[in-house]
Amino acid sequence: MNVTTLAKAPQREVNYAPRVFDLDAAPLRELNLALHQVTDASDEPSWEVINPKGSHAVAAGVAQPIAVEVRGSVGYYCGGMNDRASITVHGSAGPGVGENMMSGQITVKGDASQYAGATGRGGLLVIEGNASSRCGISMKGIDIVVRGNVGHMSAFMAQSGNLVVLGNAGDALGDSIYEARLFVRGEVKSLGADCIKKEMRPEHIAKLKELLDRAGITDVKPEEFTRYGSARTLYNFNIDNADAY
Amino acid sequence: MTYHNPPTTPRRSATFDDYTMSEIRRAAATGIYDIRGSGAKRKLPHFDDLLFLGASISRYPLEGYRERCDTSVTLGARHAKKPIQLKIPITIAGMSFGSLSGPAKEALGRGATIAGTSTTTGDGGMTEEERGHSQTLVYQYLPSRYGMNPRDLRRADAIEIVVGQGAKPGGGGMLLGQKISDRVAEMRTLPKGIDQRSACRHPDWTGPDDLEIKILELREITDWEKPIYVKVGGARPYYDTALAVKAGADVVVLDGMQGGTAATQEVFIEHVGQPTLACIRPAVKALQDLGMHRKVQLIVSGGIRNGADVAKALALGADAVSIGTAALIALGDNDPRWEDEYQKLGTTAGAYDDWHEGKDPAGITTQDPELMKRVDPIAAGRRLANYLKVMTLEAQTIARACGKNHVHNLEPEDLCALTIESAAMAGVPLAGTGWIPGKGSF
Repeated sequence: MNVTTLAKAPQREVNYAPRVFDLDAAPLRELNLALHQVTDASDEPSWEVINPKGSHAVAAGVAQPIAVEVRGSVGYYCGGMNDRASITVHGSAGPGVGENMMSGQITVKGDASQYAGATGRGGLLVIEGNASSRCGISMKGIDIVVRGNVGHMSAFMAQSGNLVVLGNAGDALGDSIYEARLFVRGEVKSLGADCIKKEMRPEHIAKLKELLDRAGITDVKPEEFTRYGSARTLYNFNIDNADAY
Repeated sequence: MTYHNPPTTPRRSATFDDYTMSEIRRAAATGIYDIRGSGAKRKLPHFDDLLFLGASISRYPLEGYRERCDTSVTLGARHAKKPIQLKIPITIAGMSFGSLSGPAKEALGRGATIAGTSTTTGDGGMTEEERGHSQTLVYQYLPSRYGMNPRDLRRADAIEIVVGQGAKPGGGGMLLGQKISDRVAEMRTLPKGIDQRSACRHPDWTGPDDLEIKILELREITDWEKPIYVKVGGARPYYDTALAVKAGADVVVLDGMQGGTAATQEVFIEHVGQPTLACIRPAVKALQDLGMHRKVQLIVSGGIRNGADVAKALALGADAVSIGTAALIALGDNDPRWEDEYQKLGTTAGAYDDWHEGKDPAGITTQDPELMKRVDPIAAGRRLANYLKVMTLEAQTIARACGKNHVHNLEPEDLCALTIESAAMAGVPLAGTGWIPGKGSF
């Protein structure tokens, strides 16, 4: 081995300190453009956004496995269509946090407003507080873990993925649900059309344990949850089911 | 001698006509409403009720084949870094893969590209066939979000947020299980063979204030490059147009009740919404009131069939038109060559509209692998391109006759109306008079 040659090889400069972006000092458009311009996550793996002050679409459309720490509360659609990034909101999130997320993880340290994780296709959304109505609406593969409660019409028309609720669920949980799985530890105020209570089999316990582990939740047991899902009676239209709608 | 009372001629009811009675019998037998594709079939005030005046002593024409009459249109220059440039003011409307076969989608892309215009995805996501064969592709952002992903969003040339469509303003969709192939099911993240409902409203926004934020999000995700259209059904065109502009749309797409759908209830298609003709002037007025006419483009669809319809829509203030049903006919839909097979399905060429059943003899509205082989995407694409070129030539012919060197220079003053209704809707004088019924307000 030619040691001299190795010693003279250009050294790649890796920036380990987070790149801080102040939304008081520069517009949202510049933040998101900068995040989208990351082509190699190892170049700038860590980002910090300060002064979000309820801004909408913070860190929307990120497509690299970078970490984004948002110091404060955000408005609508934070982390929308996120693909591989790990985004943490150190505050609460407005409507549609993580909407249509593809992969990665979004963690909201506070509460989340309506439509959290709407139509999400993959990845993990963790809400450490409560989530409002329609949490997981039309979800298509995302996993959502809510430490608190979820509001009415959560998992409406949910197609695929898992919704885990450590607290209670509001009215019409899982209305018109397809193949998504719902795990609720507390009370369910009412179930929506075609959503029924289901048996917790060993594979569901295992899946739930994995989800809780990934969400960093260690103080509850999977056996404390009840599983809900589709009765599959509305999958093909039948006039005799019309009263269900 | 016995006197016999002469019988009266059997008299059919205008109210309970043959179709109405057949529908009552069908409903009684099945217990379910009639579902079909296409748009409103009833006779409605339409572009045929308008005429161009042509040149005269006070207006001089342009020489056909010699003096230029431009047809180009730019869409989306209001906010987008990369507006769309089209050679002709006729685009292909959104139609889904799922409702249409893969070869049909490919043919639409090929035909539109040859003609220099755009095609549009539909409810079900973007396929490689249409992206690969469409030089300019508009990606629909629909309530169901089937197939929605940021990669396709970024490789689209424009984004169309669908709020509604003319065939069913306020209604969602239903793709019946028999059309759900493995590929369709995978794109929509649902089990094969089950009915797939498309939601009637978006899952993560309600109202114009939310829409403004949704548009902001889509612009942020695509770095403000893509034009963003907002498509509405012909319900409240003045207010819907104004609210779409307020929310930040670059382009408003307005679809009248003759606009087609893949499948919905017959009662919805025929009884909800307004005719295309009635929608244009209120939408244009909204743009004018906001100082945004020609800055935010208006695309009108629903029953556009020929260059005269194109010219009339533009004269009333639209920037472009969009075709769906007519494009499918150009590809081969309802072609008499398949009459024997239409008969076996209980219908006839020209009337076939059970597109949701997936048995289309022409291979267009189906996912049947054998039927879809009947669509040669290259030949069908060529036919569509020919048709688009004919429509463009027709519109240019009329524009030149009215003395216009760009089809956008056509104006309401070039028109008169044949009926009081169309005069009122189009805001042009009844032929032979200077009377515009209802002028002064909508």
